[in-house]
Formats: sequence, C-alpha cells, structure tokens
Amino acid sequence: MSDSENGTYINYLQHKGKYGGILSWLLSTDHKKIGLMYLYAVIVFFFVAAILGLLMRIELIAPGQTIMGPQTYNGMFTIHGIIMIFIIVIPALPAIFGNFFLPILIGARDVAFPRLNLFSFYLYITGAVLGVLSQFAGNGPPDTGWTFYVPYSAQSSTNVIFALTAAFILGFSSILTGLNFIVTIHRLRAPGMTWFKMPLFPWALYATAWIQVLATPIIGITLLMVIAERVLNIGFFDPSLGGDPVLFQHLFWIYSHPAVYIMILPAMGIVTEIFPTFSQKPVFGYGAIVFSSIAIAFIGSFVWGHHMFTSGMSYWARWFFSFATFVVAVPSAIKVFNWLSTMYGGSIDLKPPLLFAISFIFLFMIGGFSGLTLGSLATNIQVHATSFVVAHFHYIIFGGMGFAFFAGIHYWFPKMFGKMYNIKVANIAWGLIFGGFNVFYFPQFIIGIQGMPRRYFDYLPQFTTGEVISSIGSFILVAGLFLMLFNLIRASRTGAVAPSNPWKGVTLEWQIPSPPPHENFDTIPEIKTKPYFFGNNIKQE
Amino acid sequence: MSEIQSNKELLDKETGKMGMWIFLFTEMFLFGGLFLVYAVFRTKYSADFHTAASELNTFIGTLNTVFLLTSSMTVAMSLTAIQKNSPKLAFFLVFATLLLAALFMVNKYIEWSHKFEFGIFPGSPVLKNMGRGELLFFGLYYMMTGLHALHVLVGMVLLSVNLVKIKLGRVNPRHYLLLENSALYWHLVDLIWIFLFPLLYLIT
Repeated sequence: MSDSENGTYINYLQHKGKYGGILSWLLSTDHKKIGLMYLYAVIVFFFVAAILGLLMRIELIAPGQTIMGPQTYNGMFTIHGIIMIFIIVIPALPAIFGNFFLPILIGARDVAFPRLNLFSFYLYITGAVLGVLSQFAGNGPPDTGWTFYVPYSAQSSTNVIFALTAAFILGFSSILTGLNFIVTIHRLRAPGMTWFKMPLFPWALYATAWIQVLATPIIGITLLMVIAERVLNIGFFDPSLGGDPVLFQHLFWIYSHPAVYIMILPAMGIVTEIFPTFSQKPVFGYGAIVFSSIAIAFIGSFVWGHHMFTSGMSYWARWFFSFATFVVAVPSAIKVFNWLSTMYGGSIDLKPPLLFAISFIFLFMIGGFSGLTLGSLATNIQVHATSFVVAHFHYIIFGGMGFAFFAGIHYWFPKMFGKMYNIKVANIAWGLIFGGFNVFYFPQFIIGIQGMPRRYFDYLPQFTTGEVISSIGSFILVAGLFLMLFNLIRASRTGAVAPSNPWKGVTLEWQIPSPPPHENFDTIPEIKTKPYFFGNNIKQE
Repeated sequence: MSEIQSNKELLDKETGKMGMWIFLFTEMFLFGGLFLVYAVFRTKYSADFHTAASELNTFIGTLNTVFLLTSSMTVAMSLTAIQKNSPKLAFFLVFATLLLAALFMVNKYIEWSHKFEFGIFPGSPVLKNMGRGELLFFGLYYMMTGLHALHVLVGMVLLSVNLVKIKLGRVNPRHYLLLENSALYWHLVDLIWIFLFPLLYLIT
C-alpha cells in the first residue's frame, strides 16, 4: 500500500503549485511533470509516425501503385523520418526518463535550471508542431528525405523551409536539455556521491549530453545555411550558386552520426539499470561501462564519413572512416559482455522490463553486425541505399532505442504513476512487438542484398515475397504497440496500487515512495556505497 | 543560518555560470560550422578570396574592431564596479557598452548599404558574374557578419535588461549573476569578431 493513498505525504501528481488546473502542468517546473508532458507528446507523435510507416508498408504490399502515388510516398517517408528522428528518437529518452529520473538517481530535488527545462519543453513542442505542420502548409509535404540532401533540398518546391526550421528549433531544445543535465550532474549530486558512485543511467546521460551540446550546433548552422540558400540565394552547397553539395553531406553527418549515439547511449543506460535489478546482482564491470560510454561518445564523433563512401572522398578518408567505424564497435561490444555477465549466475526474474532489455541486446547485435557490413568499404558499395540500410537502421534505432524505451517504461511505470500494469498482457504485447519486429525487418536485409533500393514506392516482382512478409510483420508489430499502449493507459487509470519497490531495486528511485513526493526527498540522502549493492554476499567490485 | 544561505547563493552562482559557459561552447560550435565552410572554400579558391576581400573596407572594419574591443573593456569594468558596490558607475559603463555596440551596428549598416549600392548582395547579377570563389566569399561574408550582427543585437537586449535591473537594484553587489553572464556573452561576441575581422578583411 503506498503512503500516498494513506495521505501521509503529497506526491508530485497531487501537488498544487502556484497555479491550478491544467496550468499546474503547463507552467510546472517540476522535472517529473515536465518528463511526463514529454512522454505524452512523444506517444502522440510516435503513433502519428508509426501510422505513416504502416501506410508505407500497405503501399509496398504489392508491386505497382497500391494506395498512394510516388510523390505522396516521398512525402510520407520524409515526414516519417523527420518525426521519428527529430521529435522522438533523439529527444525521447533524455527528455522523458532523463528528466524524470536523473535528479532522483543522483539524489537531487530538481535539475539545475528548472525554468530552462520548461523552456526546452516549449521549444520542443514548437518544433514538433512546425514539423507536423510542414505536411499541410505551403506547397505540399517536403519530399527530400529526413537528410535534406542539397542540391535537391535547395530546389524542391515543397515545404522544405518549415521542416528545416522545425529541425533547427528541436535542435536548440536538445542543446538546452543537454546543458541542463551536464550542470545538474556536475553540481547537484547528493553528498558522498562521487563520480564513480553515480548510477550508470546518469553516466550515459552525461556522455549523451556532451554530444548534444557539442554536435547539435553544427546541424543548427548547416540548416541555417540551407535556409539562407533557399531564402536569400546565398550559395554554400548548391552548385548553381557556386556551392559544394558534398560539403553539405559532411556537415550534416558531422552532427547526424553522433546523433545516433544521442539515441543509443541513453538506451544503453536504461538497460544497464534493468539488468542488475532483475538479476539481483551488482552490475558487472561498472568502470568498463562508464568508459565505454565515453569512448562511444568520443570515437562516434569521428565516423561520420561512413555515410558517404559513395559520395566521392579520397582513399585515405574512406580508409580512416571505415577503420574508425570498426573501432567504435568495440566499446559497444564491451557493454554487451557486461550485460550478459551481469545476468550470469544472477537470480533472474523474467519480468516485462527484462524481456524488453534482453531483446534489446539481441536486436542491437543484429543491427551492430549489419553495421559492420555497411562500414566495410567493399560491401558498402553493394548494399548502399538499399533496404539493407533500412533494416540495419531500424534494428539499431527501433530494436535498440525503441526496445530500451519500452523496457524503461515498463521498469519505471510503477514509480512514475504508483500503479502496476497487467504483467500477462505486457508479456503478450512484448511477444507481438518482438515477433512482429523481426518478421517486419529481417526480410529487408535479404531483399536489400538482392538489390531492392530504399525510398521506392514500387518494386520489381522478384521482391514480392520479401515485401509481403515485411508488411505482414508490420501489422503484427503495430498490433503489439497498440496492445502495450492500451495496457499502460488502463493501468494508469485503474491499475492496482504499486508498492514503492516492486522489483527490489536498490538505486535511489526505489527508496522513495511511489509516485515520488513533490521534491523527491525529505532529506537529501547521503551516499556511502557504490550503486547496485544488493547486500548479498556477492563481492562488490 | 545566514552562512548556509550565502553558501547556497554561492553555489547557485557557480551553477549559473557553468551553464553559461557550456552555452558559449555551443555558440562557438555554431560559428565553427561557418569557419569550417570558410576554410574549405578558402583552400579551394584562395586567389578569388584575395580579390574579393580587397573589396571590403578595411577602415570601417578596423573602426568596428576598436568599438567592440573597447566595449568588451567597459562591460568588464562594469562588473568590477558592481562588485565594488558602485552601481552608478556600473550603470554608466553598461550604457557606454551599449553605445559602442550601437556605433558598431551603424557602421555595419553603412558598410552593407555601400555594398548594396555596388550591386554586391546575395543573388545579385553583379555577384553572379564574378568568379565562383568571389561569389562564395561574399556569401560567407554576409552570412558570417550577419549572424554576428544578430548576436550583437541579442547582446544589446541583454545589456539593456541589465541597465534596468541595475537601476532597480536587482543587479547589485550581492546578485550580479545576470550581469556576469551577459558580460561573458558579450566577450564571446567580441571574440568571434576578432576571428572574423582578419579572415574577411585582412587576407588581401
């Protein structure tokens, strides 16, 4: 029975700030409420983009035009990409779980700049709305793909400016969130919590935040230059104005490749919290996980050229970028070994969060190995711009970040809402999502190797089998997503009251009641041991 | 109790300053992207860049450098003044900074409109008939100095807020984080100009 129900304290959901009603949410600077607002926004946009994806799968269920023409299809994959990348995958984990749990995990009452935090949220909403609006306003949905490659994006008559501006604003929001987290981690750790007594999700967020702060301005200025090119005729990238299109690709990927690590590092951080709890065992190789996060953030900043092997680069540049790509796989693999070793010999409790976390490893490894196929110079040319890339990308981003997101929401749901969801339904939803995902994306690898190009609304008859299987998988996947959403929404309304520590976790968030009180802690805890100390006789490293 | 209080204030101040420094990093990377583009095109078309740069008015550029450097000094002095508890002097010095910034903008206006008279502006026929490197040079010139001028304007707004707050006593010897952060921002604006000036005006 939670204390909140007994009325012994006021939790953050009941807390009334200066304002009443809806304003107590919209103007709240409480990191937990802001985290939840991000959560709701992300869910809405996620289902918009997922439906767009489903429509594309229906189009591809048979050769020839099925339900939409080529121009509509171009708009669909562009907006699907823009929403998924800029509105969901990049911001979601730091903005939702980072906001909600970072201060709690390090024993703070809030982030360093609560008002700036709220401001980032409104920037995010502005950018997100603008992004969706670009579908409807002006001369039709942008059709450049989410990568905005020049010269086409400088010439396309569609609504590219809206989309560029949206991405710029979202980038600014991302920078401010990262800035806030860096300062929070530096200044607000509880007494006694030295850097190496900090849990690993904050560490992952810390590495992520530095990428957000240092790489995002580059995409900001690049988008501004494309806007200037379109509006003011200032030549940078468009050859007709004297510019160099390959330069755009460099600048774009200088940000957008590290952005992949903005997506995946927090995801790794979340599953790193989950494995010890559900194995009831300290995390294996704390230091290795910390340093691999930093190594990924660092090396990941020097691999952008592997997106451009076919764009025209010198031999040595291609050699370097390919080499660096293989090197960045090493710290990622270190993490996989650590997670597996954490489970080894542990008392494993196969609850939904762990199911999602284990499938994260499985999918992330398939994605990672196919990434090496793409990173090696010879094979890259064979599979460049085929659906092999689509499959690789979705295995990493959806299978990685997406599954970590589902793992996180199932892990922390009882803490966030003080309610417990139906475990059985959650397991079924997991089965549908995991099964559907593989049926959906695995055939894409095969037809990709056979030569199916990406971003085509039509295909040759020999790809029919693969595309049909893929489309069937997409239906299963979306059904699973809706079942999961239904289960969670029902739980937040009528779920059983959750105890404050349902999974027997040992990090700080499980030491406070569910839902957490307004300022998290009555007295700021003093930290004496390393995190993930389960009090059993397994030796702490 | 009061000791704990002031300790907390000190912590808040350090926190606020750290946030500002990280923000300044992002600003440097924002301009860094432009400097990168500059470096690439300068290497590719160095002869054209020389020719084009000779069109710029070095006198106005130098004058503007003097204005900005002096304004950086006055804003730093205003911070010392407020710390030494003389808000009137601080007010005057921030005002002087604003004045210098305004002079910078006026100069910029004269410089740009002069260019426009000669038909040198993005998309103009004159520009399109120039060499490819010259075209790129003027594109970069307008983008870089334009973005910089935008930062000058933002800095002026920040400084004006400080003027009001000094008058109202909200920025005072105990609470001057806003002035300190605005001064940091102003130094960044100055610093970027220090790089823009030689790269655009002095490479002939």
